[in-house]
Amino acid sequence: MLQRLRSLDFIPPKEAGVSPLLVKGLTVAYHRRPVLWDVSWTAPQQGLVAVVGPNGAGKSTFLKAVLGLVPPLAGTVEVFGRPLARQRRLVGYVPQRESVDWDFPVSALDVVAMGRYRMIGWGRRVSKAHRQAALHALDRVGMADFANRQIGQLSGGQQQRVFLARALAQEARLYFMDEPLAGVDAATERAVLDVLRDLDSQGRTVVCVHHDLQTVADVFDHVLMLNVKVVASGPTREVLTDANLRATYGHRASDAPLLP
Amino acid sequence: MIGDLGFNTLVVLFGATALGIASGVVGTFMLLRRRALVSDALSHATLPGIAGAFLLGAWFGVEGRSLPLLLAGAAASGVLGVLAIQAITRWTRLPEDAAIGAVLSCFFGLGIVLLSVVQGLPTGGAAGIKTFIFGQTAAMRAAEAAGLGVLALLAALVVALLFKELKLVAFDEGFARVQGWPAGRIDLALMALVTLVTVVGLQTVGLILIIALLITPPAAARFWTDSLESMVGIAALIGGLSGGIGAWLSAKYEDMPAGAVIVLTATALFTLSLLFAPKRGLLAQTWRYRRLRGAIARGDVTLGEGTPWGA
Repeated sequence: MLQRLRSLDFIPPKEAGVSPLLVKGLTVAYHRRPVLWDVSWTAPQQGLVAVVGPNGAGKSTFLKAVLGLVPPLAGTVEVFGRPLARQRRLVGYVPQRESVDWDFPVSALDVVAMGRYRMIGWGRRVSKAHRQAALHALDRVGMADFANRQIGQLSGGQQQRVFLARALAQEARLYFMDEPLAGVDAATERAVLDVLRDLDSQGRTVVCVHHDLQTVADVFDHVLMLNVKVVASGPTREVLTDANLRATYGHRASDAPLLP
Repeated sequence: MIGDLGFNTLVVLFGATALGIASGVVGTFMLLRRRALVSDALSHATLPGIAGAFLLGAWFGVEGRSLPLLLAGAAASGVLGVLAIQAITRWTRLPEDAAIGAVLSCFFGLGIVLLSVVQGLPTGGAAGIKTFIFGQTAAMRAAEAAGLGVLALLAALVVALLFKELKLVAFDEGFARVQGWPAGRIDLALMALVTLVTVVGLQTVGLILIIALLITPPAAARFWTDSLESMVGIAALIGGLSGGIGAWLSAKYEDMPAGAVIVLTATALFTLSLLFAPKRGLLAQTWRYRRLRGAIARGDVTLGEGTPWGA
């Protein structure tokens, strides 16, 4: 029993004021090119955060480095006050749609059930209850009718919604989404926005890489403006100013000299 | 018909079928994980290990060829080859295919050189080594066939136990790692299975063609199904059939190299699948396309939710 309790992931009470995500001095380079430089950022207690910046600003790399998918040169990441490695159950992830092979022989429901694998554990089959939870997640993005369809037979927007449903099935506290609104149809955009609002009202934190500056203020309460370094971060109304936008998009920090 | 076969042929038939089943099961995940080329390098990289183990045995006075020693050598140098590929892709900017090409040819070249040294030795048994290159089933003993049966069971067991984990890592490694699964160790388990099938299959199919037995059955199975569970089953079936039919043909017509016949049988089954599979087969696709063209010409179809490109 003790073992079990210890392995449970830890969520401090809201009053304690521990941020869902605390990033300190995160630095990443691909070979000699700096991609992220000394990024420190504290996520808000709850709400929707847009990570914005020009192409090559390191937005996707920021997500991947925070999630431990890209090895950092320096920096630490804490989730609810503890190292990420101990809090994985609390983290949900929607990768870019292009990151997988959609001809893979699985159904939409199979993919969404993957969000439950961590709860199911090693070597066990997906039980009926977990299958039901996956189906429920599919329903939340309006895809229940496509549960048994092979994923390659879905449109791009539907595939995006399957990925979103998989993240919902994780029942996480802190979500990371890599451009969930990029190039999607109107129905998918509605579904994504609905889910984002739901998560927000449930007190979750969602960190979204977002490309469309026009819609940032409509959807997101917070922004993190990134161009290799942090340019600005905070409530959208205060931070999304012309001066900050010029500072973020005006020059290409990725043209900086190579590292030694 | 089976009754006419001698005991020896039955042994060979059983062994080759078991090997085919094991490679179908393991090959499915190898194919979906995109490790086919790495596995090809692995099998080629076993040659210097085999020849080296033989030389080592001769040095220490082991009589003739000791199978466990040779297979251990094969496994060791095969794994070394895979590690070399991983090191090159990790520490340099060379793409993986270049690393695979370099390692494969380097190890195979070294193996050929060592083989010529082996053949120059006064001790006998050198001829037996050559069977590892092209394979040979005729000499299979009952114990070896039983070993292949155990291998097939083991492969099925590991895959059944880790089915969910192997599926997750093959489909979306990043997501698996975010959830905290040790993707590297799951990959390692898969590579261990591939290595096992390769090394154990060396004698039967040979190191050049074993990769075909790993790739072809799952590639053929993919034409028949959209579900991973059935793909594994169908690949096992096609692999088993290839092994069985191939071994039977090579026993019936003597001097037919078993490995080559097994692989050609698998290829024949692949071609049948490619052409005649009901949904993904070429004929079905062509038929559907022509019917659709006809229907559109007549104005019978409208774009709607029912079609995969509607929605």
